Amino acid sequence: MVEYNWPSREQATVIGKEFERLDGLVKVTGAAKYSFDINLKNQLFAVALGCPHAHCRIKSIDVSGAQKTKGVVFTHVFEHAREGCEIQWQGELLAVVAGETEGAAREGVAEIKLELEELDVFVDAEDLEGATQAGRTGKGGGKVVTEREPGDEDDEDEFIEQEMERMFNESAHVVEGYYGVDAITHCCLEPHGSTVEWKDGELTAHLSTQNVSGTDEGFARDLEITSDDVEVHCDYIGGGFGSKFAPDYWGIAAARISRETQRPVKFLLDRDQELQLGGNRPSGYIKVRLGADKNGVVRVWDSHHWGTSGYRGGGVSHGVIPYVLVPGNYRRRATAIKCNTAQSRAWRAPNHPQACALSQTAIDDLACVMGKNSYDVFLANLAGADNGKAAVYAEQMKLAAGLMDWHRKWHLHGQGRSTGSIVDGLGMALHTWGGSANHSSCRLRISPDGGVESFCGTQDIGTGTRTICAQVLAETFGLSITEVKVNIGSSKYPNSGASGGSTTVGAVSESHRRAAQDALEKIFALVAKELDADAGTLRTVDGRIEVPGGGQSMSWKKACSLIGLKPLEVTSSYVRGTPSPLSSSRVGGVQMAHVEVDKETGVIRIKKFVAVQDQGLVINPKTCHSQITGAVIMGITAALYEHRVTDPLTGAFVNAGLSDYHLARLGDIGEIVVELYEPESERQRGVIGNGEPPVISPAAAISNAVANAIGTRVPVIPMTPKRVLEALAKT
Amino acid sequence: MTGSNNESGGNSSFSRRDFLRSSGAVAAATTLSAQAEAVAQDEGPEILSGEQSITLNVNGKDRHVSVEPRATLLEVLRYQLDLTGAKPVSLDGSSGASTVMIDGKPVTASTTLALTVRGKKIQTIEGLAGDTLPAAFVEHDAQQCGFCTPGFVMAVRAFLNQHPDASEAQIRAGLNGNICRCGTYHQVIQAAISVAKGG
Repeated sequence: MVEYNWPSREQATVIGKEFERLDGLVKVTGAAKYSFDINLKNQLFAVALGCPHAHCRIKSIDVSGAQKTKGVVFTHVFEHAREGCEIQWQGELLAVVAGETEGAAREGVAEIKLELEELDVFVDAEDLEGATQAGRTGKGGGKVVTEREPGDEDDEDEFIEQEMERMFNESAHVVEGYYGVDAITHCCLEPHGSTVEWKDGELTAHLSTQNVSGTDEGFARDLEITSDDVEVHCDYIGGGFGSKFAPDYWGIAAARISRETQRPVKFLLDRDQELQLGGNRPSGYIKVRLGADKNGVVRVWDSHHWGTSGYRGGGVSHGVIPYVLVPGNYRRRATAIKCNTAQSRAWRAPNHPQACALSQTAIDDLACVMGKNSYDVFLANLAGADNGKAAVYAEQMKLAAGLMDWHRKWHLHGQGRSTGSIVDGLGMALHTWGGSANHSSCRLRISPDGGVESFCGTQDIGTGTRTICAQVLAETFGLSITEVKVNIGSSKYPNSGASGGSTTVGAVSESHRRAAQDALEKIFALVAKELDADAGTLRTVDGRIEVPGGGQSMSWKKACSLIGLKPLEVTSSYVRGTPSPLSSSRVGGVQMAHVEVDKETGVIRIKKFVAVQDQGLVINPKTCHSQITGAVIMGITAALYEHRVTDPLTGAFVNAGLSDYHLARLGDIGEIVVELYEPESERQRGVIGNGEPPVISPAAAISNAVANAIGTRVPVIPMTPKRVLEALAKT
Repeated sequence: MTGSNNESGGNSSFSRRDFLRSSGAVAAATTLSAQAEAVAQDEGPEILSGEQSITLNVNGKDRHVSVEPRATLLEVLRYQLDLTGAKPVSLDGSSGASTVMIDGKPVTASTTLALTVRGKKIQTIEGLAGDTLPAAFVEHDAQQCGFCTPGFVMAVRAFLNQHPDASEAQIRAGLNGNICRCGTYHQVIQAAISVAKGG
């Protein structure tokens, strides 16, 4: 039985070292083929008609004009868009037209005749009163925890009410605040979709997906075939932040059209459809009252929040409110609002960025009320960290403060010196995430000539997964990363979990290390026999297998020749949730923002942003850094720029395009400093995913920095210039 | 039916509207119609309808293609020449993902009609082999998913051609036409600085 492990920091030659991405050059030079780029001979182009109204009933849909359009080959009306069907959000696809060219398909779409009955619309999830009047609210859950238990005689509700009031009365400081986070969209630059080909009863789907191993079944089910007749392929995906896990009904439609026409079909959403349908993050708005003792330690929390995940209700889970720093007494309640907007999809760190921005803003307002340094108030509340990481956070805060020069830059809220109309401010926040390894299998083939090749049905969504796989194999065999060949991106390879929830790096490092150690054990046995050595003492070093201490050695190539005539094949798996020395979960991070606010224009600029993050053992610090800076930039975008803007009267998503849906640009990001927190205690925990955690804190940290700068809270994120000026006008 | 009219200008009966109608364009973007007008003004009224056989000079090679007048350069590159480095992210050009160089100047191929670049030198990301910039992007890890990256490389190359000694502040101020959703700007800045002579 092989004892799986990682080499120590001193022993490791590949793991923990910076490597350029193996697929870097093909992506940078435009040679990488994404699903959108796959051009198949004789392919058709599919374009869909999106519903113009946010809430309506289909009275009739007539595609005969499209069918007569020159160059149109096929039309299809979706099941959910038949006569009498109710449509719940703008942009929902109603019909699709496939043509010889994209232009022909678009002309066909323009010929579709639609009769709709418009129905009542509700889209403003911030408007709780309006939602209540419109009958659009539902229960979103809640929880009450009090340190004192009610007596047998007590009415529970009455007891809790009295207990909360008692706690507030005994508090040295009470903060009442209102905070919010608007809905944002995934806005993948490669829209959702696929290029597919049906041939001889089998489907090949070049799907833009985060779930290579898990989407073949979805195609098969809807096409009434079995998974063995489907190959899902995705070498490169142009953006996937939690919204690309399924074929989606438009993927199924592409496959059906291909089956009907016996021609390949390219069907990717248009840009406006991508924003309308391709996934969004739920909004959240909260009323908070908290009470703290004289040291700034929060003792009681009472909150009610609401928001929407779309027409079914939903919203931000109450389970993460208050966020990380949880006092002994709290009452939290959530209301779900049904809006005529597309249903949300998991967005990088589901619930956490909103929860952080809805609750750690209140902690910062406590510092403001107390006239204290926010750093000290966060520090005072670390004991309440609900993930057992108080000591780690304290270390991370110290590191972050050093990198930010926090204590020198600090001034009390609203008391900074202005330069003209510009004033600066500091803010911080902290976060947590699981990041445990997903399931993963890896098949390894080692040839008698020394060739090493791996096969795994995972995907590289831009995080550097290919390179990680190669590093793990190279480390294990004592080879360089260019001496191993990594194959990923096909559903025909051994099954590996979807890339969601920061589970991929753990998954692939588990499966690849296991397969490599399993294979190496067999090779060591052969080498030991040849060298007359103890297999247990052998190790791989720099292309050789050697007996340590200057003993005998053998080249990797020679060792592999002992395998025999046929390659050695090993398949090894990691089952999700299995305790393992190779991976674990539960990370934390502290982030600090230094901003400038122009009080005349309301424009906020990021001067400097510091992110300190633990993630267990880091395999490739280069890509790990990139992932964190990327998350920070995404967080800056959400804090300052992007949100879905809907028209309350028509429900239209009015900024569903990149010229109006504002994302941060290169000049907007300021200086970003990333610190990987990896003392030996962290390294010993093994590999932990890092995709979600660093995207959580930025909005809260930046909101706190803005409040520190101008002395008042801009309650709702994104903090657009208009909202900054409105907040200033109230002071 | 292919037809062209190269008579000299001044024929007021040919309006922009006629051009668009005859080209069969559906909902042509403002930029495209503006270009159509520009073609008409530059070369006199030119009525083009149906498939046109044209020659485009792409990455130093003449490529013969047959295009509808409404075809954008991006469509021709991607679907006729299989040069898919330029990406269709936002057809109005607001993402910069389809950036190519026309006679050395950066333009978005999604907002450029193929007919308007006949006789011009078209350079795409695929023609940037041997340039130091792609390697600098890799070295500084200036890509994640990579979908925006070819457009970014072209934009940075064009910018540095114009400002070979660009400072960091100039780089931060001058490269705001491209969008990256993964957030690679920090690394793009580092890559650009490493290639700029002035550092």
